[in-house]
Amino acid sequence: MNDRPAEIVKFDNVGLRYGTDPEVLTDLSFTLFPGSFYFLTGASGAGKTSLLKLLYLSQRPSRGSIRMFGKDMITLPRGRLPDFRRRMGVVFQNFRLVPHLSAFDNVALPLRLAGTDEAKVRRSVTDMLEWVGLSHRMHAIPETMSGGEQQRTAIARAVIARPQILIADEPTGNVDPEMALKLLRLFEALNHRVGTTVIVATHDVHLLKKVPESLIMRLNKGRLSDPTGALRYPPAPKSRPSVAGGGMMGAGTMGAGK
Amino acid sequence: MSETPFPETGPQDDDLAPAKNISAGLAPPARLSGPIPWVIAILIALVVIAAAGGLSLRNLAQNARADLADAVTVQIIEADEEARTVQAQAAAKALGAHPLVTTVRVVPEDELQELLEPWLGRGAASENVPIPALIDVELIRRASGDELAQLQSALDAALEPMGGTARVDAQSQWLRPVYDALSALQYLALALIILVSLATAAAVWLASRNAFINHRETVEIVHLLGGTDKQVTRMFERSVIQEAAFGALIGLLLGLGAVWLLGQQFASLDSGMVGGGGLRMLDWAIIAAIPVGGVCLALITGRITIGYALRSML
Repeated sequence: MNDRPAEIVKFDNVGLRYGTDPEVLTDLSFTLFPGSFYFLTGASGAGKTSLLKLLYLSQRPSRGSIRMFGKDMITLPRGRLPDFRRRMGVVFQNFRLVPHLSAFDNVALPLRLAGTDEAKVRRSVTDMLEWVGLSHRMHAIPETMSGGEQQRTAIARAVIARPQILIADEPTGNVDPEMALKLLRLFEALNHRVGTTVIVATHDVHLLKKVPESLIMRLNKGRLSDPTGALRYPPAPKSRPSVAGGGMMGAGTMGAGK
Repeated sequence: MSETPFPETGPQDDDLAPAKNISAGLAPPARLSGPIPWVIAILIALVVIAAAGGLSLRNLAQNARADLADAVTVQIIEADEEARTVQAQAAAKALGAHPLVTTVRVVPEDELQELLEPWLGRGAASENVPIPALIDVELIRRASGDELAQLQSALDAALEPMGGTARVDAQSQWLRPVYDALSALQYLALALIILVSLATAAAVWLASRNAFINHRETVEIVHLLGGTDKQVTRMFERSVIQEAAFGALIGLLLGLGAVWLLGQQFASLDSGMVGGGGLRMLDWAIIAAIPVGGVCLALITGRITIGYALRSML
């Protein structure tokens, strides 16, 4: 019996260009598996944000095929995109909080959009804000919050609905090293306890060492390289066991590029 | 940040119900201070005035037609007063025997002088100007051209032995240019209503587009968090409805004020024809429905505008 979990993301020969400019992403082929933890690295302008946009369905590729959750995202009608976006949590580089909503309402947004019962929303959001240390700021609007507070609010919003995939674009870019480590532990907890596939884009090389079981995808001028075997097929073996309670396999099971 | 594990209270699948209308809280509070409510108010006021005018003209024309459609006037043109009276009596007798005629009334001399007094002065009509005898004739229905010709023939036959002549005037025919003018004015009012409605839609289209552009960032965030086009559209609906309703109410009040003033002006003319142009209950109901129609038009226009704008986004 094949115990490898079903793929959650599969890119096949994907290219992306904006307008008539040269491709910013070229020939990307890789597969991501549930419960894995990835770092996406690369110099500024390497295409990290563009790749994340493809992942969180904000952009369609110029060519190639993208399958997520077993569905072809290229031919998916735009009316069905919300169903798939609700399975993802995204931490944007510049937070992208709704400016006129409080921290509470920003964090509650994914649940309310999904039609969650309001009593449950209140309980979940209150717990989540307490967890990220923002209980005392739940009624603050973004413009009155510090960069760190906004970032934690954005992270709380991204994880509140326990997404199957968490995509974070430079999530530690605006906080001190201590806070960066705490945020990373939050992602690990989500990965371990809920089984969320985590993809963190960062150019902070020190951060990569903080999550030993993570795999690294490196972008260089729009092309992927594979320093930890993340994209190899068969995947490079890693030794993290499956996590009790989380129900997902460790990061060592991921891989499979073309 | 808490050192405790990930919170256990996240939603489970069975917590999820069909998305409710939470979008109202996403949009910034509607501002009634912008120009759009006032533009809508002016446009609704114009529609109210045009509609009231059009309905009033319709009533006026209908009343006039009802009064005059089945009536004719017979003139006996004879300079000699005595001969004129004899011919009038003979004509009235002949008309009374005609199957198309229901009532015949020879207009008394006093009444004729009263009618001419504003133009000819008191007493001038009978002494200095020979005036024809007039006979008011009510028909059982509106007469065709052939039937009027038959009526004329019957009169000619009755008056020929006396050497007299009579002329039959269908009142609806000499009032035809007036009816045509009234119809033209009604079409003008309708055209004005259509044009102003288009202008209202255009104003809302512009306002919705601007609102969408101003809140594009929020729209994108809502989309990326799994919001549907319907939820995004609802974000804007509340402010569209509030602004349109405010403008429509003000416009209705302005329009009603103008209609009341115009009504007072026309009432002071004390003309019988103008009196037939009063508004009925159904007309007032139509006028009261104009603001509701305006809000609906704004809502539909807003939805279409936002829907088109959303199609440009993934």
